[in-house]
Amino acid sequence: MGYPHQPHPRETLVLSKHFGDAEARTLDGWKKRGGYKALEMALGMDPVAIQNVVKESGLRGRGGAGFPTGLKWSFMKIGDGKPHYLCCNADESEPGTFKDREIMRWTPHALIEGVAIGAYAIGAETAYIYIRGEFTEPIQRMEAALAEARAAGVIGKNAMGTGKTIDIWVHKGAGAYICGEETALMNSIEGRRGNPRIKPPFPAVAGLFGKPTTINNVETLAAVPHILNNGADWYKKMSRPDNPKSTGTKLWSVCGNIARPGNYEVEMGFPFGEFLHEVCGGALPGRTIKAIIPGGSSVPIITLEEAERGVMDYEGMVSVGTMLGSAGCIVIDSAQSMPKQIARLARFYAHESCAQCTQCREGTAWTTKILERIVAGDGTAEDLDTLLDIGESMTGKTICVLSDSCATPVSSGLQKFRHEFEALITRKTVHAVPTVVA
Amino acid sequence: MSHGPSASGGAVLKASHGHHDEPYVPVFTGDMRTKLDELIARYPTTQAALLPALWMLQDARGWVSEPGMAEVASLLDITPAYVKGVVTFYTMYHQHPVGKYFIQVCTTSPCNVCGAEDVVKAFLDKTGCGELGVTSDDGRYTVIEVECLGACGFATPVMVNSDFLESISPDTVPDVLKKYQ
Ligand SMILES: Cc1cc2nc3c(=O)[nH]c(=O)nc-3n(C[C@H](O)[C@H](O)[C@H](O)COP(=O)(O)O)c2cc1C
Ligand code: SF4
Ligand code: FES
Repeated sequence: MGYPHQPHPRETLVLSKHFGDAEARTLDGWKKRGGYKALEMALGMDPVAIQNVVKESGLRGRGGAGFPTGLKWSFMKIGDGKPHYLCCNADESEPGTFKDREIMRWTPHALIEGVAIGAYAIGAETAYIYIRGEFTEPIQRMEAALAEARAAGVIGKNAMGTGKTIDIWVHKGAGAYICGEETALMNSIEGRRGNPRIKPPFPAVAGLFGKPTTINNVETLAAVPHILNNGADWYKKMSRPDNPKSTGTKLWSVCGNIARPGNYEVEMGFPFGEFLHEVCGGALPGRTIKAIIPGGSSVPIITLEEAERGVMDYEGMVSVGTMLGSAGCIVIDSAQSMPKQIARLARFYAHESCAQCTQCREGTAWTTKILERIVAGDGTAEDLDTLLDIGESMTGKTICVLSDSCATPVSSGLQKFRHEFEALITRKTVHAVPTVVA
Repeated sequence: MSHGPSASGGAVLKASHGHHDEPYVPVFTGDMRTKLDELIARYPTTQAALLPALWMLQDARGWVSEPGMAEVASLLDITPAYVKGVVTFYTMYHQHPVGKYFIQVCTTSPCNVCGAEDVVKAFLDKTGCGELGVTSDDGRYTVIEVECLGACGFATPVMVNSDFLESISPDTVPDVLKKYQ
């Protein structure tokens, strides 16, 4: 549902059905709503059989990359004699994204159940839920629910009386966007600086503590109990008839200049135009929407017209020149300066670069400097080409894709809103430059 | 680069009510020590308890001092220099004392387009801090801008110490401050 709003009739409530319902936060309340049946079923299944159901459902990672979840799980060799780990990625720091927060705040047991099933399915006895340090309330809700689940023997050394061990711990982050990148996250759990690691080796071979590891997003894991309860076919049906590659429901976080910001859950393939205007209430009174960043700040910016032609699934977003990403949909209207907002995004990436790679460390800083100069009215005609050149040298050349993510809004923004940059350069219209960020 | 509020970026935190000269009293004794041992048991290596241990230290003392880092280092069997290397990576560990109320306002684009910069101005104005990262003369407030707090649909989110506030506008800033005196 579009919490804090009432659910819209065109939403399909699976993950968000109990948002806003405080009773669902307790173990009893969760069980009353059908909770932990899937875990009970899962613990009686062969782990590989669970992997297969998830594979069959078509579930893909909701953290941004959209990697098929069942396939990822199948890389974990059950019975290889090594400890395995599951990391649940609750770092949620991609600007525009705030869905995992609501899952943890309202339905902590939904996540525990998903994590427990995921851990068992990959042969892990220990799972860590990595929650960003700023999420004080979600951390408290998760800790409370975990304590309840442990006390009731749902998880722990004898999970649901099956003799199987499933330990789940919260690991609290300490302020670093980059720790959402899976290998940086593992370093952060290990008590290190959150620098991404060079791959290979991939986490399934040598991940957390050097052991086979799977990393999944909160929303991905929260979807798993529903798939086990209702079957892969039920999940697969929630898709476009002509596109079996994107299945299920997706939580979209909608923010910025929109009438009703919030989280909305729709089936894959929902028409984007209807979503924006009907479900989210469209533009603010008297304003017009001009740009959309549909998948969190790292995906290409599109115009309203492009968005209106789009459908909301992985392929649908690609066909209008952008990506589904984390489905953190940022809406920008005509009252905003695109150069100023793109400069602000560049500053975000410059602040968050872990500084290991030269292209990223220098490129994000240089990009920010030029953009802020343009916004301040001191830009030159050459600046725009320089920005594109820097972007080019920042793309596809670094340990992780944070570097690419900084170049993306700049190149797509310049492509679609070049006139706004040129106007600043030729007419010297000055906008307030973002101030210092600590 | 990830850096604490005290690092580059122009804003320097003034240590207005620091405890720099007082003798260091260990944090991890009694219950705190028991709690740390419980945390260590959750991981296969002792070092993995570093972030949780630093959180405990900061929660107890308000910031992460050099002697505090040394205490954590000795308990986790790592060097103080290593601990410092980790502390400086993460923005949420304070390497200097901060105001009694540490106020963080998100100004990343999704909040920025909803007027987050005016919320920052209102806080700087009404707290008497005047400048980002500078603690007010009475030691009560420090205001900084932060990157996306993961609550973009509730613009503008603001953190006051560990309290997470939603939908703050310049108009509601005085009410917020009334609660944090
Ligand atoms: C810079 C960067 C930041 C990321 N931040 C997050 C994040 O906050 N949450 C998340 O789930 N995935 C994030 N990811 C993606 C993860 O690396 C990883 O692909 C994901 O957690 C895998 O889970 P999934 O397959 O369930 O999506 C980030 C990736 C990069 C490169
Ligand atoms: S691309 Fe940037 S954030 Fe990623 S590893 Fe390199 S320097 Fe760090
Ligand atoms: S941009 Fe402000 S909370 Fe995300």
